[in-house]
Amino acid sequence: MDDLIELETDVLVAGGGAAGLFAALAAARGGAQVLLIDKNVVGRGGASIMAQMTCAAALGEAEPDSPQLHLEDTLAAGRGLCNENLSALLCEGSPRRIRELEAWKVNWARQNNGKINQVKAPGHSRKRCVYVDFLSTGAAICAALRNKVSRNPAIRRLSNVSLTDAVVRDGEVIGAVGFDVATSIPVSIRTRAVVLALGGMTKMFRRTTSPNNLAGEGLGIALRAGARLIDIEFLQFYPNGHLAPRVVGLDPTTWEPTRVKLGGRLLNGIGEEFLHNYGEGSGEGYSTTRDTLTYAIYKEVELGRGSPHGGVYLSFQHLDERALVAALGPAINIFKRNNIDLTRQPVEVFPIAHYQMGGVEVNEHMESCVPGLYAAGELVGGANGANRLSGNALPEAMVFGERAGEAASRFASGKTRSPSDKAAAPHVDLIRERRARGKESHSPVHLMCELKELMWSKVGPFRTAPALREALDRIRILRESELPEARVSSERIHNASLVEWFEMRNGLYAAEALALSALYRRESRGAHQRDDFPASRPEYDQNQHLRLDGKRLVSSFEELHA
Amino acid sequence: MTTANQQKTVQSARLKVWRGTARGNGRYEEFDVPFEEGDSVLDGLVRIRQQYEPDLAIRFSCFNANVCKECTILIDGNAEYACIAKLRAGMIQLDPLPNRRILRDLVTDTLSPKERF
Repeated sequence: MDDLIELETDVLVAGGGAAGLFAALAAARGGAQVLLIDKNVVGRGGASIMAQMTCAAALGEAEPDSPQLHLEDTLAAGRGLCNENLSALLCEGSPRRIRELEAWKVNWARQNNGKINQVKAPGHSRKRCVYVDFLSTGAAICAALRNKVSRNPAIRRLSNVSLTDAVVRDGEVIGAVGFDVATSIPVSIRTRAVVLALGGMTKMFRRTTSPNNLAGEGLGIALRAGARLIDIEFLQFYPNGHLAPRVVGLDPTTWEPTRVKLGGRLLNGIGEEFLHNYGEGSGEGYSTTRDTLTYAIYKEVELGRGSPHGGVYLSFQHLDERALVAALGPAINIFKRNNIDLTRQPVEVFPIAHYQMGGVEVNEHMESCVPGLYAAGELVGGANGANRLSGNALPEAMVFGERAGEAASRFASGKTRSPSDKAAAPHVDLIRERRARGKESHSPVHLMCELKELMWSKVGPFRTAPALREALDRIRILRESELPEARVSSERIHNASLVEWFEMRNGLYAAEALALSALYRRESRGAHQRDDFPASRPEYDQNQHLRLDGKRLVSSFEELHA
Repeated sequence: MTTANQQKTVQSARLKVWRGTARGNGRYEEFDVPFEEGDSVLDGLVRIRQQYEPDLAIRFSCFNANVCKECTILIDGNAEYACIAKLRAGMIQLDPLPNRRILRDLVTDTLSPKERF
């Protein structure tokens, strides 16, 4: 095993968040031997564990509700672009996954009458969002799933394995290649099916809620394997992302649930409420969807009415200390540790890259157009259209993960594993060759920093053709010449530069896909706002598809799904 | 209205970082890291990689949320999460966890053997 680790499985699941964990369990239930890998730690890496509070499911425990009503809200938020089949699967499937997690010892918060508590998040017409507690819903879900997966003898887990390529022969996936982060040894996996559950590309923005691993690799791997992407220009910027003062130990998304729960007031730099200037009611009862809120905050800052760090204020000063302590529970101590007293001072917030609505184009079995290649979770495009509702991310991970695992195991059972094959060799060779090559000047970490700044400043929530073209030109240079020449150190043990080099190799395709799609959609809709095309246009009531043709990304607009 | 408690003054911490691949055969390297009030030790380590030493081995996933638990190291002798320990002016000594096999620099083998080859 000195310079190659070879493995065999029926179904490979890449990504150990909620989507990957559900996919692994479902594939094992279907009779498959499963290998579940994560670049960081299975069940701890990825975005799911960071989810603080809301998870939407039409359980009808807090008030009468139905998957149909959940679907209507989801479609309305999606601004006409949802793949209704996928959205319906998400809404219909979520209650079952919530009950399943309940059986697996997730303690959903309850009302006094013993029923599961549900809250109304922005954009939802009913009290629909379940939670465990204020800060750790995602962590509780991941802990339960980790426990379930670790007791399943059909699932082998491997942490610290980074996936770099799907191996394709004659148009079908026959394997996958990656490397062991701890030793830099290439890993070649022969498999009958691959489920990509690698999340989105929000790490590629300077201001991001992403953990350190969502670099768009799933998108790059899928494109290079021959899959298509859909509506990748829609990337959600979370409106109330924490900006200042510096807070550590708490996710920057913390203010949205806080605001919903306590009615925090958003004020511009001169202390005025401003949402009513953007067609929203002022005061209590927040129902503003995320895209409108992001727009309002950006525009206030642009008009010179920002806070000192270039955001807006979020104030809870109208509440007394007891109300804050009662509502915030353990979080109040985290603010104290950071020297923040919410009864005396506002915090500053500004939008922050949060979620990728677009993604790999799949059918209702989560199957891409490449036989044997499946996607799940945030990496899937279509269910959320142009904007995602608060609380729809965890259901997307759980429901689509389950479906992908089930379909992949069914596919695998009807297929023989291909014998050792030459198709994996070039991918393995690239990993070996990357170590200790290139010029001194660029390290992948420097290119990564530059890309994050570029995406933030040119491909953020408000876009123009010149800025997008500038971004595209630079991304192509990075992808075609600077990354290939970047210096990766010869360290073999835990070489972060090697990890970053391969993140960039796939992630630059994702970044280019985003910039290109944003350039071609000449309208404003949902999370995609063009300053040069400020209105939504009926001729763009279409999905945008991207595929890789040789080294070029090709876009086409097509009639809506379903 | 009261503005937030903003201290934008840049201070400097000196991080004394253990480097090596085996106990008893390592060395300390020192880095001056500028920081603003509130920044974490992990912020400092990330800055070292960006500004001086891309080859420094550190490990983290969630970065700031204190959920992934991957960034645990010894900070002035105490096992702490680098993502929530705060930088302060002066010398701070960083070592790998004492009771784990060292992989490299501040990264130790903290994974379950069942999740490894």
